[in-house]
Amino acid sequence: MFLNQFLFLAAALFCIGIYGVLARRNGVLVLMSIELILNSVNINLVAFGAFHGHIGGQVFALFVIAVAAAEVGVGLAIVLLIYRNRRSIDVAEANLLKG
Amino acid sequence: MIGLLAQEAALTDTGEWIANGFFYAMAAVAILGGLKMVTTANVVHAALYLLVVLSAVAGTYVILGAEFVAVTQVLIYLGAIMVLLLFGVMLTRAKLGGEEDLDHEQRWIGALVAAGMLAVMSYSIWEAFDTQKLPGDRTPQLTQQVSDEIFSTYIVPFEALSVLLLAALIGAVVVARRD
Amino acid sequence: MFAAEEAVANPWIYDNVWLIPALPAASFVLILFFGKRLPYKGAEIGITALLAAFGLALIATFTWIGDIQGLEESEGEEHALVTDGGTQTVVLTAEAGEEHGPARGAPVVNEVEWFGIGTGANQVTLGSDGVEAVDGAEGEEAAEPSSGFNISIGTLVDGQSVMLLFVVTFISLLVHVYSTDYVNGDRRYTHYFAFLSLFTASMLFMVLASSTLQMIVGWELVGVCSFVLIGHWWEEKPNSDAALKAFLTNRVGDVGLLIGVTILYFAAGRSFSFVTINEMAVSGEISQNTLTIAAVCLMAAVMSKSGQFILHTWLPDAMAGPTPVSALIHAATMVVAGVYMIGRLYPVFYEGFSIAGSSINLMAFIGGLTTVGGGALAFVQRDIKKVLAYSTVSQLGYMVMALGVGAYTAGLFHLFTHAFFKACLFLGAGSVSHACHHSFDMKADMGGLRKYMPKTFWTFVIGSAALAGIPPLAGFWSKDEILVGTGAFPGTGGNGTYTIPLIFGLITAAMTAAYMTRTIYLTFFGEYRGHGHPHESGPRITTPLIILAFMAVVVGFLNMPSGFVDFLRLPSGWAHLFEDWVEPAGIASFVGVENGFTHAKPSLLLAILATGLAVGAGVVVWRYYERLYAKDPKATDYVDGPVANNELVAAGHRVLVEKYYLDHLYTDVIAGGIKGPVARAANWFNQNVLDGVVHAAARSSVGLGRFVYRFVDQGLVDGTVNASGRTASESGQFLRRVQTGQVREYATLMFGAAAVLAAVFIFAF
Repeated sequence: MFLNQFLFLAAALFCIGIYGVLARRNGVLVLMSIELILNSVNINLVAFGAFHGHIGGQVFALFVIAVAAAEVGVGLAIVLLIYRNRRSIDVAEANLLKG
Repeated sequence: MIGLLAQEAALTDTGEWIANGFFYAMAAVAILGGLKMVTTANVVHAALYLLVVLSAVAGTYVILGAEFVAVTQVLIYLGAIMVLLLFGVMLTRAKLGGEEDLDHEQRWIGALVAAGMLAVMSYSIWEAFDTQKLPGDRTPQLTQQVSDEIFSTYIVPFEALSVLLLAALIGAVVVARRD
Repeated sequence: MFAAEEAVANPWIYDNVWLIPALPAASFVLILFFGKRLPYKGAEIGITALLAAFGLALIATFTWIGDIQGLEESEGEEHALVTDGGTQTVVLTAEAGEEHGPARGAPVVNEVEWFGIGTGANQVTLGSDGVEAVDGAEGEEAAEPSSGFNISIGTLVDGQSVMLLFVVTFISLLVHVYSTDYVNGDRRYTHYFAFLSLFTASMLFMVLASSTLQMIVGWELVGVCSFVLIGHWWEEKPNSDAALKAFLTNRVGDVGLLIGVTILYFAAGRSFSFVTINEMAVSGEISQNTLTIAAVCLMAAVMSKSGQFILHTWLPDAMAGPTPVSALIHAATMVVAGVYMIGRLYPVFYEGFSIAGSSINLMAFIGGLTTVGGGALAFVQRDIKKVLAYSTVSQLGYMVMALGVGAYTAGLFHLFTHAFFKACLFLGAGSVSHACHHSFDMKADMGGLRKYMPKTFWTFVIGSAALAGIPPLAGFWSKDEILVGTGAFPGTGGNGTYTIPLIFGLITAAMTAAYMTRTIYLTFFGEYRGHGHPHESGPRITTPLIILAFMAVVVGFLNMPSGFVDFLRLPSGWAHLFEDWVEPAGIASFVGVENGFTHAKPSLLLAILATGLAVGAGVVVWRYYERLYAKDPKATDYVDGPVANNELVAAGHRVLVEKYYLDHLYTDVIAGGIKGPVARAANWFNQNVLDGVVHAAARSSVGLGRFVYRFVDQGLVDGTVNASGRTASESGQFLRRVQTGQVREYATLMFGAAAVLAAVFIFAF
């Protein structure tokens, strides 16, 4: 088995995730796309762990999963807050940063 | 038990064929599911496609001999995070049917950027690793090994992570509460 | 802690000194969980814990003193010879007292492995075993990590930490008692007591720290507690602003602290241990340059925590917290953390700044500047707490200056005495405001309180006199020792000739007396200018005041110069007791190093001079205010000094009122400058600079003569200038369009740029 096949899969999922983040208007969908990106990173970690015969890759994949859980929690809280304030979770409408 | 696949793949030619076939099936499911997820017009469907993608990714972990990560993926992602996301969908009152304006009008820019990144990444991956193979004698790594490693070498990141989780917990409560 | 029987058995208290911070920490948890349900809302837990901690601290103090005393007896005449002379070097006494347990000043270290990071087999022992009782006289390196990255946690008992244990527990106990009355009926009464306990625990933890890492933990914990307690009434915006300001200003210094500690860690061969670092600094194993850089970094931390110029601005704002907190944290204990750290790592600073034989250095200069600058600011305050706050800044400057000129004992002695009288003054101010309907405005709401609250009045006067350095009160002894320690006065000796710090010190001595006289006059004399009827506070407020005033009178006698003791025909052992008890062996080992460490010789003339300055300044100010208020005793808005008549004085006054414009510098210039977007900067440039240049050019042209002017094509100039202005403005407008506020677009740009950059790196290299 080639190492590359895993890396390509990860790259593809990563780019799909990026597309999702950039193209979606719905806040929850943006969060889902971010999950996809994190997962592609995990594939890389585990694949390299297997490649080098080192267990650290798996450990870090686990850490990433834990961070992802935290990220989803806070992210959803923010989305809910935006929804409550604006009755909409369209990220395009959240443009308070406009200069 | 599920690690047998990885072991088999490492030992025999036939095993490798089987494992490869399994991998490509999983990869196809993951990529197709991912594409559907970012294009579907239904929020709930998107969540279900994400479920499919995550399961497929868990399958690739099994092939790589990372059983514990695969199981954790199923437990945390499919069990907890998905439920959370579905709650998010429910609480923000998404329409259950299709929706027209889920995508931004200028999504082609996003597609362009994503395609550009994919091109760059594919090129560099190919340049860097060409046809290098995974070691042939790899065996599924025991959960015990993983835990030994976490609680010795990686104890400080682990503690930092636990603090992070606590902070996220408090942060989520503070941000989302009604006041 | 658990198995200290091997080698030399330490006294019980040395091995169990960790109980002292542990008790308030436990009290914090208990109050937080059960406080609200108890009859006294949790205050009783705090007071009980503090009482126990204070008892233990007393035991530790007396055990320590006993050890030193035993040591001195065993040495006998050798030591007597040392104490009689003038500017002689301190004799290394550790060897003489080996059989008597810890030698003079030799720190007793107790450490357990906290956690270890390393590869392969490594055991994490969490407090269960692996205790190493290390005796200072035997060799301190036993607590060294064996391999990898082992971090120890432990306690370090020596004169300095014992002294602070006593001060912190004592004042904290009194503040607890005082608070039961002062914040009675407060919305967050329980919460308040919980954080008082936590603060005490953190401070004690920091005091007992045996390593720099542990000190950082304590350092940050006291910072957090300070933040919480300043913002205790956070519903009002100024209070929460003050809390944030304190927190953020302290972060500035913390960067220095982290860098300094890291440098020392690597310089001392991967050790966080105070003992190791100090030893290596003294023995010259760490190069002078490294020490200098580390000392400068640590100095930044001292400047923020101990309110030194120019990072002192948070301290007066911190008065937004409840008054007992101001007394405990922002006057007596926490703010001396910086001073304490200098003392802990004194060899690092001593060598790093080359204190010996010099005439000025960074630490002495900053301390001197702070002491004068803070004293000047105290003059223009209407708020009694602000006066005391700036006075604290000034006195902290005194301590830092003392350490900067090499007067180690003097600096720490001033820390010790200052804690008592400043706590007394702050609590007195709280008592006054309690009587005046929670106002702190001296000019509008006070005056003539002498008749209504005699106990507060007398304790306040005693505290002020001690602060102003009127003999024989506590402040006199410590201040005199600092002035002598500068070594610049003829016939005093010392570690160098620090003339400028001596002058700064004398100026401050006069200023302190002057502004404290002003405060006392405005508060207690004249006629009452507030509303209602003031009344004396209850016994739970006045008793701590009386105790502190008593301490402010007596603690100075702990460190009398030997000449004075002889003069009074007291036993010669009564001279400079504090020095014997507190000065560590680390100082003694300066002997043998080039430019050895010396003590200055006290000078009667200097003492008379300083006292004369203080009394004179006090009398002048007194006469001035007496005359000012003779016209209309009820006036609430008299302007101080000849401000009304003299232009120059008025300007100086304005600078002081605006606190040297430092706040403006920080918020408007620095923060505002960074905050302003590119477009605004371009626009501003267009509006002001370019137009200004045009106008200036035009005006000067007119001045030079119409003839020349006619040949300058005005249209061309204007056209060019306007064009460049428009360009700037339009580029600003264009850049503004990029800031759409759409996170999606930012993300697109980011990922796109990342892809492009990655491609560039891949193909170009």
